Amino acid sequence: MTTATDHVETHDEHDDHMTDWKYVQIALLLGVLTGIEVFTYFESVLDWGKALVPVLLVLMVTKFYVVAAYFMHLKFDSRFFSRAFAGGLVLAMGVYAIFFAAFGVHFWEIFQD
Amino acid sequence: MSTTEIPERFKGRVAEDDHHYSASGLSHEKLAMWVFLGSECLLFGGLISTYMLYKNKLPAGEIGPNDLFDIPFTSVSSFVLLMSSLTMVLAVSAIARGDVFRNRVWLLTTAMLGAVFIGGQVYEFTTFYNEGAGFTTNLWSSAFFTLTGFHGVHVTIGIIMLMSLFIGSFTGRISQESAEKVEIIGLYWHFVDVVWIVIFTVVYLFPQ
Repeated sequence: MTTATDHVETHDEHDDHMTDWKYVQIALLLGVLTGIEVFTYFESVLDWGKALVPVLLVLMVTKFYVVAAYFMHLKFDSRFFSRAFAGGLVLAMGVYAIFFAAFGVHFWEIFQD
Repeated sequence: MSTTEIPERFKGRVAEDDHHYSASGLSHEKLAMWVFLGSECLLFGGLISTYMLYKNKLPAGEIGPNDLFDIPFTSVSSFVLLMSSLTMVLAVSAIARGDVFRNRVWLLTTAMLGAVFIGGQVYEFTTFYNEGAGFTTNLWSSAFFTLTGFHGVHVTIGIIMLMSLFIGSFTGRISQESAEKVEIIGLYWHFVDVVWIVIFTVVYLFPQ
């Protein structure tokens, strides 16, 4: 079982390992991922076909995770905070999945042209 | 949950200045911010879902996203907001070290990057309106302006909070002991950024 002391000790590790330079490296990674996202827009360069939406979704989720985990410190902070945030996120996804179902819209239809 | 004197092992890691921390050693304010951000997921989830539902319901001949979106311009705006998350985390890092000067510099930089993003949004809205897409023109435009407008309001509130921290650092209200205040406002700012990550992909980059 995890205790509050464990959380604090984990935070100490974060303080030791996360430097300003690492934050810059993470930001550079986010910049590259954004560049790839924008690159997908120009179909004249490369036609992604049916792979476009899954690729964009993966990039979006990756960027979301990186910001939440490293910039918002969820990776190093208490799990209570992760649960509080994830609770809202999961609830929102559930509610709006039902919302789309109520309108008779299948998940894949909302991404079609 | 109790609010008693801070145990030695928690000092510097909880809301020491206000003496508000739970029996688990977690700050009440920080937990409250996380719960608030969780609830914000529902707000933006509703707005994004509504946009997704209405984006393909344009009557024939009506002006829509394909006629209006300027992806290179919005990409630059998105990059600016993304980099403001970096400057925000650097501000948090600086105040945690007790470096008030760098904290001020990064807070001001973050607020300015946010202002650049808002400026871009105002320009975009004005352009769309001049092209004939107003708030009530059609379902798509209503959903678009509501979603991105709500996000813009959140960014604006974030800028106001950042400036209050910046001013507070000159009056002595922001110091290493109260670093958590900066961290909590930083959480809000990063949340605004992650919401834009979703909006940029879903609204601008998904095939229309």
